[in-house]
Amino acid sequence: MTAMAKRGYDSEVHRRQRSKNFALLVALLAFVAVIYLVSVVRIGGG
Amino acid sequence: MTDTSLEITGIASVQPAQSQVDDYLALLKPRVMSLVVFTGFAGLVAAPGTLHPLLAAVAVLCIAIGAGAAGAINMWYDRDIDAVMQRTCRRPIPAGRVAPAEALAFGVTLSLFSVMLMGLAVNWVAAALLALANGFYVFVYTVWLKRRTPQNIVIGGAAGAFPPMIGWAAVTGAVSLESIALFSIIFIWTPPHFWALALYREGDYAKAGVPMLPVVAGKEETRRHILFYAALLVPISLTPVVLGMAGAIYGTVAAVMGGYVLWLAIRVLRTRDDASARRMFGFSILYLFSLFAALIAEHGTAGALLARVGGLG
Repeated sequence: MTAMAKRGYDSEVHRRQRSKNFALLVALLAFVAVIYLVSVVRIGGG
Repeated sequence: MTDTSLEITGIASVQPAQSQVDDYLALLKPRVMSLVVFTGFAGLVAAPGTLHPLLAAVAVLCIAIGAGAAGAINMWYDRDIDAVMQRTCRRPIPAGRVAPAEALAFGVTLSLFSVMLMGLAVNWVAAALLALANGFYVFVYTVWLKRRTPQNIVIGGAAGAFPPMIGWAAVTGAVSLESIALFSIIFIWTPPHFWALALYREGDYAKAGVPMLPVVAGKEETRRHILFYAALLVPISLTPVVLGMAGAIYGTVAAVMGGYVLWLAIRVLRTRDDASARRMFGFSILYLFSLFAALIAEHGTAGALLARVGGLG
């Protein structure tokens, strides 16, 4: 693999890793939001 | 797992760096999930009683995540046979895009998460049913029956029949005759649906060593079985009307479309070609969607539905 090709591969790997990290962040934030909203509803007697 | 064992099982060497978010979504079997969510939602809507809209949404989310998690664990366990079947060889694990251990961890985590959330947010009867459905799909169908008996889909089909019962339990906190009726419809629908697929994918299953009915008993016997189950499905699909949980719209859809399913099953037996089996497979999906759509429609328009589910009307 040439240096240029390696750089391209690395950036592709990084791009995919970034999108996976972002998806995990969204999932965790959604989880926190769901738990918060469910707590509000349950405490309110829903 | 070593590279050698990967070669033996026919799985490409894994490069987790190649995995994308899409691959993890694919592990959840989104197409299967859509039918599961829809039938689960129908159970929730048809049930007597009220449930806060947010809790109803959480219940549907838990059903979706639970079903997807079971699908991911199934893909982990079946990665060896998926690799040799044309229909499944491009799945993330056999294609080498997701490591098997990652898929297993993903599935187990989501499965536990969905059951716990259902229990804490909705009720523990629905959570127990969700756990039962997941356990049944993974241990009874995938691990125990799938590779051992041609009746795999008959007994294992119960796993896919749980969602409307879970939806019903989310509202009522109980299992009743009506929810058992909804369970029975999917339970009886599953064998002819998958046998129709197996009729034109017989070679794939034989290559993978999965004892589907056409592989073990032959195509002719399978066609007779399809007709038998289709004939059984029509009266079973009408039980919601008998029990008073469905009316004229549902009854008409069930009778007309059930009649067409029966006619297709007769065509499968008479014509003995793949085209009729494909038609049967394709229409059976539409049939199940239509039945549960009719059930939802009978319980009101979107606005009335929201009010009912939310306990506002």
